[in-house]
Amino acid sequence: MTQPPDLYQRDRDWHPPAYTQNYKTSVSRSPKNALLSLESTLSELSGPTFGHSDVDPLDNDLIRNYAKTGDPIGERIILHGRVLDENGKPVPNTLVEIWQANAGGRYRHKKDTYLAAIDPNFGGCGRTLTDEHGCYRFRTIKPGAYPWRNWINSWRPAHIHVSVFGPSFAQRLITQLYFEGDPLIAKCPIVNTIPDQRAIDQLVAALDLNATVPLDSIAYKFDIVLRGHRSTYFENRPEGN
Amino acid sequence: MVQKLDYRKETPSQTAGPYVHIGLAPGDAGFDIYRQELGRDIAGPRAQGERIEIQGQVSDGAGAPIKDVLIEAWQANAAGIYPGCGDVEPGFRGWGRVIPDFETGEWSISTVKPGRVKGRGPGLMAPHISFWMVARGINVGLNTRLYFSDEAEANKADPILNLIEQADRRDTLVARRDGDVYRFDIRLQGDKETVFFDV
Repeated sequence: MTQPPDLYQRDRDWHPPAYTQNYKTSVSRSPKNALLSLESTLSELSGPTFGHSDVDPLDNDLIRNYAKTGDPIGERIILHGRVLDENGKPVPNTLVEIWQANAGGRYRHKKDTYLAAIDPNFGGCGRTLTDEHGCYRFRTIKPGAYPWRNWINSWRPAHIHVSVFGPSFAQRLITQLYFEGDPLIAKCPIVNTIPDQRAIDQLVAALDLNATVPLDSIAYKFDIVLRGHRSTYFENRPEGN
Repeated sequence: MVQKLDYRKETPSQTAGPYVHIGLAPGDAGFDIYRQELGRDIAGPRAQGERIEIQGQVSDGAGAPIKDVLIEAWQANAAGIYPGCGDVEPGFRGWGRVIPDFETGEWSISTVKPGRVKGRGPGLMAPHISFWMVARGINVGLNTRLYFSDEAEANKADPILNLIEQADRRDTLVARRDGDVYRFDIRLQGDKETVFFDV
């Protein structure tokens, strides 16, 4: 087995730093020492794979995957997009998992005690594999904003958590997507851990009227970019070096 | 002016937040939604090699256990082969995820001890498992490695461990064997802070 090509270095100025004073929980959960930079080995460049036996067809339909007595309450949305790498190349057959609050801003989690009601017909998680073009699609309801204890008056913008794999374990990524036009985005201490406004804009899903189901569901498009692989035209580290 | 480079930027990371469990390990969080949970069995029933258990805790800068962490592990099989890079035993996934007990912060995984894998140079790396963890308060998932205390010779020659300048910090990556169980505590900050990698 020859080693797969290296990845582009992660741009640490584009990602949030570990220590972000205004997102208070990060203060005691951020390493003080610098990360040790590694040249990737097979341990970082290989990664788990998933197949259609891992995922059920209904897993990407959050309107139906936990429904007991009817549809969940809230604004019905299609969430779709592509998983690409930094070279613009689609990432096929990769696992995309999402989780979110319900329309009232409440998670189905025993640690969430917000007074908004649990929706008996809404679970709040889904998963799917990208197709051969890197495309993914979920149907869900738009999550609500909710208060959280950072400052006393902190509100999270409506968001969906997204987890993506890619072929190399070093491409592993978790992020959050926000919705176009939400005034809470600019106020959020978690959003603002990201230093560059262009990077923040990359997390805002666009209203996509071309992807709606007319008279049924509105749509948002969210493309996800994973680290790209270097080309291998010139081998600068031959065997035995 | 110069031509514009047309690379895309990687999507920036955001914290997995306090409710990561409903998304990635709903069954373990007491929430029955999927037919099957992913990542519960790293090695599968037919894996060769020594069966091991690893236990640990992840703690914060105040020494308190982080009870809402989610850890993923990625490893080769006992022959040193990663799934996707060669033939492995049927059912050997090499990947798993675990969350701690919400009360104590203790987690444990059962797997087989991985074999040695070739490094970038001609030599072999010591047996190790790659770890990646996310939680509320972690802005970008943290990468580290677990090595084994009963592989002292291999550890001494491991090219990655030897990159760590302060020799005593190498110990933060070595799980201690106690009977049949390895203990691997991860400290995000402060005294004996674990070495984390930019991979």
